[in-house]
Formats: sequence, C-alpha cells, structure tokens
Amino acid sequence: MSNAREYDVAVVGGGNAGLTAALVARELGARVLVLDSAPRALRGGNSRHTRNLRCAHAAPTGVLTETYPEHELMDDLTRVNGGEMDQELAQLVVERSTECTAWMQKFGARFQHALRGTLQLSRTNAFFLGGGTALMNSYYAAAERLGIDVRYGAEVVGLNLRDGACDSLTVRTREGTEQIHVRAVVLAAGGFEANLDWLRTAWGDAARNFIVRGTPHNTGTVLKLMLDAGALAVGNAAECHAVAVDGRAPQFDGGIVTRLDSLPLGLVVNRDAQRFYDEGEDFWPKRYAIWGKLIARQPGQIAYSIVDAKVQSRFMPSVFPPVAAGSVRGLAEQLGLPADALEATVQRFNAAVRPGTFDTATLDDCRTVGLAPDKTHWAQPIDTPPFWGYPLKPGITFTYLGVRVDADARVLAANGSAFANVYAAGEIMAGNVLRHGYVAGIGMTIGTVFGRIAGQSAAQHASR
Amino acid sequence: MQAAEEIREAARVLAVCNACRYCEQYCPAFQALEQRVNFASADVNYLANLCHGCGECLYACQYAPPHEFAINVPRTLAAARVVSYEQYAWPAALAGAFRVQSVVTALLLALAFSAALLGAALALNGDALSATGADFYGVIPHAVLVALFGGVALFVATALAIGAARCRRDFAAAAAPPHSHVQRSGVAGALHDAFTLRHLHVGDADCVTALEVRTPWRKRLHHCTLYGFTLCFASTCVAALYHFAGYPAPYAYTSLPVVLGTLGGVALVIGTAGLLWVRRTRDPQLSHASQDKLDGAFVTLLLLAGGTGLVLLALRDHAAMGALLIVHLGAVLALFVTLPYGKFVHGFYRLAALVKFRREQE
Repeated sequence: MSNAREYDVAVVGGGNAGLTAALVARELGARVLVLDSAPRALRGGNSRHTRNLRCAHAAPTGVLTETYPEHELMDDLTRVNGGEMDQELAQLVVERSTECTAWMQKFGARFQHALRGTLQLSRTNAFFLGGGTALMNSYYAAAERLGIDVRYGAEVVGLNLRDGACDSLTVRTREGTEQIHVRAVVLAAGGFEANLDWLRTAWGDAARNFIVRGTPHNTGTVLKLMLDAGALAVGNAAECHAVAVDGRAPQFDGGIVTRLDSLPLGLVVNRDAQRFYDEGEDFWPKRYAIWGKLIARQPGQIAYSIVDAKVQSRFMPSVFPPVAAGSVRGLAEQLGLPADALEATVQRFNAAVRPGTFDTATLDDCRTVGLAPDKTHWAQPIDTPPFWGYPLKPGITFTYLGVRVDADARVLAANGSAFANVYAAGEIMAGNVLRHGYVAGIGMTIGTVFGRIAGQSAAQHASR
Repeated sequence: MQAAEEIREAARVLAVCNACRYCEQYCPAFQALEQRVNFASADVNYLANLCHGCGECLYACQYAPPHEFAINVPRTLAAARVVSYEQYAWPAALAGAFRVQSVVTALLLALAFSAALLGAALALNGDALSATGADFYGVIPHAVLVALFGGVALFVATALAIGAARCRRDFAAAAAPPHSHVQRSGVAGALHDAFTLRHLHVGDADCVTALEVRTPWRKRLHHCTLYGFTLCFASTCVAALYHFAGYPAPYAYTSLPVVLGTLGGVALVIGTAGLLWVRRTRDPQLSHASQDKLDGAFVTLLLLAGGTGLVLLALRDHAAMGALLIVHLGAVLALFVTLPYGKFVHGFYRLAALVKFRREQE
C-alpha cells in the first residue's frame, strides 16, 4: 500500500479531459492515478451527458461527412467569441481537432455512422455511439487494461503547492483524508456550475432557481484552490452556458432530455403572463443558448412556453407531458398564471400577427407588427385547442471562468510565471478558447485536445 | 393489473428515450421508437419484442440507476415482453402459465410426464421396460405415441398459430409512423435478421455480458440452440415420412433421421448448456426476473430433451433403453406442451416485430 500512494501523474477529475490525459500519460510510461469525486456509477463528469465532438477534417471519414476545413472551424470559434479568445490556443485546438477521432478509437471509442443519424450535424461533429457515457465506459475500460489506478468518491480538497510546484494532494474520501505524493498533476475537474453559492456571487439570488443540467460534483473546489493559489484567471464568473429547460427537471443531472424546443413555435411569457423577448428571432439552434439567461433575468426565474395544436408535432417530444387545456384561460389556471393577463397577451399577440407563409425551414414572413417585443418569424395566432404550456427555468450547462494555460497546458500564475508541474484540461481551462458563446461539441474537442497535451506534458515532467 | 403497471412503466421509460435518442444507432428498437410520440400498449409490445436484450443501452444510459429517472431499457422491455406473451396466449386461461415456470417446474413437469408415461406403458404391457434391440414401440406402442404426440402437436400448433395471429393484429395497431412508406413485404429481410441475430451484435461488436465486457458466446450459443432444435425437428419429420413410406424404425446410425437427430442433439446440448452458463455470468441487471424464469424453464427442457435423446441413441441396444425412452419422451412432452406458454413464442413474436420494422423503414 505504501508505494500505491506515490504517483508520477495524478489526474483530478474523471471526465473526458481527465481520462484522456491519464491514458496519454500512462502510454508514456507514467504511473497514473485518477481521482474522481463522483461515485463509480456517476463517473465521467459532464462528459456522461455529451453526445459528440466537433472536428475539422479535410476529407470525409467514416464518422464525418464532406469537409470541415480548419479555417471554417476557426471562423466559427471567432464568431461566437466575438474574437475575444486566445488565438494561439484556439488555433491549437482547431489543428489538433483533426486527430481526435482516430486517437479516441484507439481507446475503444465508437462512433455513429456519419450518414445514418437523425441529426444533420455529421459534417462538423462526430457522434459517440450511445453517447458520452458509453465513451467514458470505453475510456475507463482502457484505463483498467493499461494499469491506471482510479479512485471514485475521492475529492481533492488541497493542492499542496511550494514554490510554484505541487508535491502532494490532500484527498478526502469516505474513509478519511490522506496525502498523495505526485510528481505532476493534471487538473481536469470541470467548472463550478453545481456550486450555487458561487453562482450567487455572480447572479445574486436568481441562482437559487437555476437547474444544473450536469453532474452535482462540479463544485469548482479545484478551480477555487488554484485561483486562491495565484493562478491567472480567464473569463468571469457570470459567464455560463444556460438554456431553457423544463421547470420540472431535477435539480442536477437532468441532461439532454429536459431541454424544450417548443419556444420558437409559440409564445414565451413570464409569471406575469407578459412576453419579454422575440421568440422568432432566429433559427432555434442559434438561439437555443440565450434563453437560459433571458429567463434568469425574469421575476422568479420562471417562464412558460405556450403553443397551440397547430405546431404540437413540430418539436421533439419532451420528457415531461405538457400542461394541456381547452382554452387559454384554462391553461393559465393550470399553469398558475394570471388568467386575464394571459388572455390579454394572447389576444394582443393574435391581433398583431400578419398573414404569411409558415415555414420552419426558413426565416419565414410570419411576424407580428406593433408589439413590444415583436415576434419576427414563425408567428401564428394561438387559437387552436388544445393549448399546451411548459414551465421553463434556466438550466446551466457549464461555466467559463477558468485558469489560464499555455500551449503545453501548464497553468499560468498571476505573477507571470507558470506553475512547474500543474497542468489543466477541459472545462477548467476552456475559457482560454471559449469566452462567451458556444458551438456544439467544442467542449469535448477542447477536453480531448488539451487532455492529450496535458497528459503528455505531465508525463514528460514526471520523467525528468 | 400487473400488466397495466408494466406497460405504464415501459411508456415512461420510452418517453425518456424518445427525448434523448443517444442510443438511436444501437438497434431497431430505438429507431422504431423515434418514429412514435405516444407509447400505448401495442407500441410497447412491438418495441419490447423488437428488443433483443443485447444490453448496450443500459451501460450507455446517463439516466440508468442510481439516476432518479432509473432508466433500464433491457429490463423494462424484458418485463413488457412477458406481458405481451400473456396477452397473446391462447387459451387465455393458460396465460398464467408464463408466470409460474422456472428450472424447477420444468424438471418437475418432465418428471411427471415420465411417470405418467411409465404408468401407461406398464398398464398396457407389464413387460414394457424389458423391450430390447432399439424396439421403442415395444415400450410404448406406435399407435399410442402417434395419438399422444399427434394430439399434443395439434393443440400446440393451434395455440401457437392463434398467438401469432394475435401478435400480428396487435402490432398492426402500433400505428405506423406518418411519413413511412410501408413496403408490401419485409419477410425475407426479417428472416435474415432473425436467423443471423444481427441486431444482437450492435455495430459489429459482441453483445455485453457486463459493463465493457463483450463476448460473442450468447449469439453463437443461440445459433447452436436454434439450429440444433431445427435439425432435431427435421429428423422427426424425416422419420415420420420414412415410417409412413413403409420404413419403420429403428434406423441405422448412418441414416438420415439419425444423422440429423445426432447433429441436432449435439448442437442443442452445447447451445443450451452454454446459454445456461452465460446466464449465470451475465449481469442480472440486463434482464427481468420474469423473463429469466421463462428462459431457464425453456432452455432446461431443451437441454433435457436433447441430452436424453443422445443418451437414448447411444444406449438404444442396452437393457436400460426402456427406462431411457420413458425419460426422454417425458422431457419431450414437457417441452412440447409448454411451447405456447414459454420462451419459445419469442421466435414468432420477434420475427413479427422484425417484419414490421423492415416495412416501416425504407
């Protein structure tokens, strides 16, 4: 047991970035320990809820169609970030995204056939067969085969840093607290989206009504330890990816099924039965991720999506049944909304709808005129029963605040130096590349690319 | 009431799957469920019988226990399958038979039939057990055997046919998706799917027996069992033809019925013994107790019938032939009468589901 407590590389966090780093380091000969704060059944961090990763490619592959040139991925990243990102690191992610799927397959990752999926994203994104949980199962099996030690339910509560180097970790498990000596450490413990107290410092009391879409274990403990130890921060605590989720979703780990796609097809009102944003501003995938923050700014952080029978087959079925009623008033009563106000809102809306040709495949000409705010596309009168309503809450996916790293994934210190043997990968450093917006699947790409870099850097440092 | 509960639970689980869809490329069950919005009893029955129980989707599921959604598709659909078997059973009064079977009841039933046959044989002929020289009809007269097994076969065939018809009618009520162009046939393709079990091995990988443990044995042993059973059945048919053509038993070891029966019997014994072993090593989460018991009863009777058949063949000139024949016939009879009320029906219902799936695609 005594030598089991000393490792070349300790990886803090057992999600995609952590396992990637661990596998790379082990392949380079390091003795590797993975510490995951979740129990075994819920291992894998937020990666368990993911489905794909975004990869540039110059020619079709078995898992990606057509081509997605590197400059196009770079343009996509620049666009969502408004240009505000570390250009060198973003370029690194783009270049090395091309290698991801082949590397992943070496460790048992399986992908969907590019041409068979129902989602038309297979040009830009490679889909994991069975999703992220299946991917993580493959990685954990590979880790076991290669002789990587994994400890579940092990939370790192102390990084013992001396002169910019970490020589041991304080780890808390059910059995107690212990020190683990390490030559190098990879921090891949995610963000702090499950830490509502921390979110409150940025969002105030509104954070109390946030739903956390992913793991309850991303409490930001390690991120905070590093920032307190003088790591250079990137991004700010208020930046997060948040979507509108069904208000009946569980507090944690609701994942993909709690999302609602009905919003652009009807009305969205707040608890006073008032509209507050243009539901038809743009295609849903482009506006999907603004609604979390929009609802977070409404009273009580709650809103309601209301549709009528005309569009009820046009969005993905929700995991929660709609609240249904034969009249707008009846729906208001069931949803607990002021009935007179909702009737008035719907009447005003219906009266403002201009005739047009309804077409969800285009930015159609169905719009309202004279409302504040107007609905600029896909506006149809809400007049055909049954009427359906879904309660909506902000669902936070991940946070952007992280530690700044260099191209070797070394964590940089506020004083301009770098920590000698501390590396970071995944959500804890994604803010270097992603400051505001999001393009689907880029989180897993950042995790894979920087996981590989961090694992290699850590193993090389440990062997010196 | 229990049936309604199982359908309700399946509908709950399938609604979560339909909102997630991460498993869509695993198998037809997920592709078929995506084409639906509501999961009524007929839809659940169709999807449950389309599921081969490969197990991939349990380990891939972000909502599997201990998640509060507690999604376990293989187990839920295994339970729903048994409910569908009961629903299609004829006569309905015997549907309860699906719930009372296990390895133990299978053995007891075989024993009871053997005892009854023994009594009948001795009543007909006090020296029945001393018949020798592979003279099976000296133990139990040919006419008695034909009447007994012919009668049972007629009943079994009727019960299976009515069950299959009920299944087809029920699946037809599982509304086809609005945009699918229903093909006229899909039978040839579905037969290929069924006889190769290609959906058991997802994405050309072996099916799972535990988390990240994949072996090809379940599929291979099922092939042994299915094809072994088919060869034994063919052997019986050929022998019956020979008999009516004026060539009565016993047949030489090199004759067609004996060669078919021997090959079939060996395959059946290997396949069923293997499947019982695989069941012991497989993660119990991947199935449901009600399904496991049906599997156990059916596979045990197949093993017993195949094994006693081989022993009888080997010792047909031995003094113990009479006793062995009685034991073998008891096992075969127990297997036969439970065919319409046990795991055997899955072949017909899964085939019907595969045909429907083939027709819904394209």
